[in-house]
Amino acid sequence: MSITTTGRAIGRAVDRIEGPQKVTGTARYAYEHETEYPLYLYPVQSEIARGRVARIDARSAEALPGVVIVITHENAPQLADTHDKELAVLQSDEVAFRGQYVGAVVAESFEVARHAARLVSVVYDEESHDVGLRADRVDLYAPDQLNAGFETDTAEGDVDGALSSAAVTLDETYTTPMEHNNPMEPHTTVAVWDEGDLTLYDSTQGVHTVRRTVARIFGLERDRVRVVAPHVGGGFGSKGLPHANTILTTLAAQMIEGRPIKFALTRQQMFSGVGYRTPTIQRIRLGADEEGRLTAISHDVIELSAKIKEFAEQTASATRTMYATENRRTTHRLAALDLPVPSWMRAPGEAPGMYALEVAMDEMAERCDLDPIEFRTRNEPEVDAETGLPYSSRNLIACLREGAERFGWEGRDPTPRARRDGRWLIGTGVAAAMYPVYRMPGTRARVRSLGEGRYAVEIGAVDIGTGTWTALTQIAADALGVGIGAIELRIGDTNLPSASVAGGSSGITVWGSTIFEAARLFRERHGEDPSEGDTVEAGTPDNPETENYSMSAFGAYFAEARVDEDTGEVRVPRMTGVFAVGQVINAQTARSQFIGGMTMGLGMALHEESLVDERFGHVVNHDFAEYHIPTNADVGEIDVAWIDEEDPHVNPMGSKGIGEIGIVGSPAAVANAVYHATGVRVRDLPITPDKLLR
Amino acid sequence: MEQEITIKVDGTGHRLTVDTRTTLLDALRERLGITSPKKGCDHGQCGACTILLAGRRINSCLALAVAFEDEEIVTAEGLAEDGGLHPMHRSFIEHDAFQCGYCTPGQIVSAVGMLEEASSGWPSSVTADLDADEIVLADEEIRERMSGNLCRCAAYVNIVSAISETAGGEARR
Ligand code: FES
Ligand code: FES
Repeated sequence: MSITTTGRAIGRAVDRIEGPQKVTGTARYAYEHETEYPLYLYPVQSEIARGRVARIDARSAEALPGVVIVITHENAPQLADTHDKELAVLQSDEVAFRGQYVGAVVAESFEVARHAARLVSVVYDEESHDVGLRADRVDLYAPDQLNAGFETDTAEGDVDGALSSAAVTLDETYTTPMEHNNPMEPHTTVAVWDEGDLTLYDSTQGVHTVRRTVARIFGLERDRVRVVAPHVGGGFGSKGLPHANTILTTLAAQMIEGRPIKFALTRQQMFSGVGYRTPTIQRIRLGADEEGRLTAISHDVIELSAKIKEFAEQTASATRTMYATENRRTTHRLAALDLPVPSWMRAPGEAPGMYALEVAMDEMAERCDLDPIEFRTRNEPEVDAETGLPYSSRNLIACLREGAERFGWEGRDPTPRARRDGRWLIGTGVAAAMYPVYRMPGTRARVRSLGEGRYAVEIGAVDIGTGTWTALTQIAADALGVGIGAIELRIGDTNLPSASVAGGSSGITVWGSTIFEAARLFRERHGEDPSEGDTVEAGTPDNPETENYSMSAFGAYFAEARVDEDTGEVRVPRMTGVFAVGQVINAQTARSQFIGGMTMGLGMALHEESLVDERFGHVVNHDFAEYHIPTNADVGEIDVAWIDEEDPHVNPMGSKGIGEIGIVGSPAAVANAVYHATGVRVRDLPITPDKLLR
Repeated sequence: MEQEITIKVDGTGHRLTVDTRTTLLDALRERLGITSPKKGCDHGQCGACTILLAGRRINSCLALAVAFEDEEIVTAEGLAEDGGLHPMHRSFIEHDAFQCGYCTPGQIVSAVGMLEEASSGWPSSVTADLDADEIVLADEEIRERMSGNLCRCAAYVNIVSAISETAGGEARR
């Protein structure tokens, strides 16, 4: 595992191979596969946040011409496995959050299904609900562990002692709101149940993940379930794990065998039941000596989970390794609420956690009278503080320096509110970020000779916009030592070998390593001149280097903010991001992912916030008119670069994941720039004009 | 209630019966199997469903199919007359102006419609001189005029450069 290939295809800027289909709109997403005589499902959602369904009267819905069936907990088939309460759809009369599916109408057309769903009358026994996250709740609890297996709390040294004797201290609380992933393609399932065989066209980040889950819940053999997803319209985590919509659609297909059932969520429905980022309340305490060396770091997180299923975001995990200190403590406490289950949203943990840490670092640099880049440089660790392992590569300082140069950081006057252009106050900010290299189990890849020097490479991975189609083709070409034109990549189908979910920026590491292994074995067995049909399948090889090294990607982010002094409007005319991510596989699609992540971070800084009405327990701003994501006019120039980083330990490509690092440091860079422009330190995202005018 | 209509899409005429509540978007996608226009919100808030109606861009999710008897519709699939790639398609590929591709057909149709609006002299809210004979499509103009098309993958930077290059090319021709 110590050879880094500098192949001919890896590293090049290759146009997306599915580009022509995507630009003309002929690439097929889940809802668009051709099916015969489909039926349309429209859900009935609970109008209370907690209680029971006392009575359902579906007679007028059933009487509507075109309605095939109204499904409720009274007639839904029993699922084989109901342990996962999020997925135990229509299995009881219990209501655990507002918007939960309490029924569904299946009809001959979308219009009729939607109309009929409104005619289903549901009477509830309502119980009082609890959806407010507050730091002073008495029922906050420590989960057994956090998402991705991180420990709930960590402690080393004497934090309190170090804080009380520190020359410079900081004790501030940062809050981030609930946010919704909102991929542009809504979560969608088309289910066909035919003589015991189930086919799902699903909008998912992992076809095999969906297959495993659906097979378990419906008590089916895995090989009776096929999941297909050649193109997926974004996910950003929300399509990483199957949600109730997929189960509901499959339930309907089971009841109406032979007819395809189609269900695409409306945009409003995307705000209940497909996951979201938990709001956080983060208290950060820092201590430093006279030279600006951190003597203590403490990061205490309060966030929410759902009563029906725990999701514990690892918000302070990056704080455990980002900077050097001898005294460090991190904690996570949860409030279990009557809300839908939170889940993954682009860089769960790192994105909200590093926003808080990196704003705190900016504040602390100012208190230490140091330039924020110099302050970070002084606190750069030698090794991973959690494991004591050296880094396989850690080039954060190089990113900061390169970024400073590109952005024009030098000579910056640190005084807040010192620059203006008419009514516009101008400031600049910097932040740093890390994102771990994750590896996931359960991937296999197959290489088959098609004759005449061509190869089929098969792996049940998916492309959610990340460029998998192209990047894996490049990797396969180098792994087999052929040109990319000789590779026929096949992905997005459970008929292909099992692959891990497209999540945690792990796809290329895992799938690429596995393709390398399959190619190596293929050449070993069949040589350079194989016969048509020669085939080799391989699993992901172990990487013993993970025992010897800590592996993470790093990034540095710069932003310029212009703030209207009178209205508080914030504009961000330019950003720079410099990344240390090992070998970049495709220079073109990688740049797009960095830009996309940084832009989503801009939205996190300035726009995005799901507002829960505590009286009713639902998100009130549940559409694009009111849940603001960045639009074209919100985004200025974004300059992206990466440093040459050779990492021989991480995987055969020498690459680190890039899907999430782009968002991680971006909100803090914007927040720090807004502070520099205005002198107002907003510690509560998003930074809306009202908070600047207070 | 149902009604029979005739519409022409990407040069081909279709006669179909629709529920009077059916949107133009659903008529295209569900009845005709033309899935190039996408459904991102069904509320006129995202632009994924953008089509050209008599040469002007509209959100097809906000249009009821029955109101478009005998109209001519162009989707991203039919932009190039020969069924191949339009210069705007090619520019989007070259500039990597998309990731997941779900907003993309709408972006591209919108961009083509937008160039037409600009060359007809329609000002936008960032146009400094409302009486100017010619609209100069600086990046700021493109950003403003393309803000009805959301992209969650946030390919905006590349969308602007893809359109800018196509616009420049057209002006030169
Ligand atoms: S689907 Fe028409 S604007 Fe969103
Ligand atoms: S390319 Fe994914 S939403 Fe625009």
